[in-house]
Amino acid sequence: MILQILLTFSILSLVAIGGANAVLPEMHRQLVELHGWLDDATFSQLYALAQAAPGPNILVASVMGWRIAGAGGMAAATFGMLVPAAILAWYVAGLMHRLRGAAWLKPAQGGLVPVAIGLILAAGITMAEASHSHGVMPLIVVAISTLFVWRTNYSPLWVLAGGGVLGAVFLS
Amino acid sequence: MPEAPPPATVIPGPAELFAGYLKIGLFGFGGVAAWARRVIVEERHWLTEREYAEVLGLGQVLPGPNVGNAAVMIGRRFHGLSGALLATAGLYCAPFVILVLLCLFYDRYGQLPAVAPVMAGIAAGAAGMVIGTAFKMAGKLKLRAEAVAILLLATLGAAWLGLPLPVIVLVLGPISIAFSLWRAGLIGGTAR
Repeated sequence: MILQILLTFSILSLVAIGGANAVLPEMHRQLVELHGWLDDATFSQLYALAQAAPGPNILVASVMGWRIAGAGGMAAATFGMLVPAAILAWYVAGLMHRLRGAAWLKPAQGGLVPVAIGLILAAGITMAEASHSHGVMPLIVVAISTLFVWRTNYSPLWVLAGGGVLGAVFLS
Repeated sequence: MPEAPPPATVIPGPAELFAGYLKIGLFGFGGVAAWARRVIVEERHWLTEREYAEVLGLGQVLPGPNVGNAAVMIGRRFHGLSGALLATAGLYCAPFVILVLLCLFYDRYGQLPAVAPVMAGIAAGAAGMVIGTAFKMAGKLKLRAEAVAILLLATLGAAWLGLPLPVIVLVLGPISIAFSLWRAGLIGGTAR
């Protein structure tokens, strides 16, 4: 069982181009439809649980593993999800280092920059849309926070804390 | 590419590398990429804006979380294998511990702690932080017109059309790289 979890998440790790949100449909297919380890409702609840923690949301895999098979499942899922992709990144970094003299490398890498920034912007917009389900107030927070982070160099902790306080006052 | 001379960068020691990534993981509610840029570029000056964007771009097209891939590559760049391990451990350890605690809480009470309104407010703040970071990066990197178009197409495809990210990366990545090589004069004649 633990081995199967390890194997399943290792495969997910290597198809997760775009990170956690990109791999979520395939994760659902593997865990709910193919293996029947989780039901639909549990899958959604666990996703929400993972969102409540800080850090990379790829750790949603850890929560799923924990639900499927306790601490061992959590360890296997986390290891499987993180390690294969990390090893690949290691070798690609090495390859880049060996190619560093090549004239095409910098421009080629620079070509990926707009795609990466565009996807960050999309992630922010998706988050803003999700927060809109709580009414108009969150959108005001989004707007203020956008301007604050964009136009100043103060720590974003201020807008996160401010958002949390406003949420506690107006949304509860 | 028109760009201001890069500000001097600092090489972090192993402990600083770990501490920096610990902060990124711990504060990274919703948008780790925004915090990673904040800590690495603005606060600690390990990389320039452009260097960070390039590492992140590469991390984006590889499988796995972009910031996680960037941690491996940035760690390796400064301290080899131990750097990659320290940066990765720093990034994941705090959120992992918090997640274990949440799981235990959930097991015991069958629901999440009653912090939903606070979390919704924080999530709104985080959404703005992520959007603001994208604007900031795009502005500081002085992107060319076609790069801005690619950026907006990626946003449109992911946020409004809901296209799978691999599709977006596989379609826009090569086009964007081709433009970039063309600008550098590596395809289709002299540099522009």
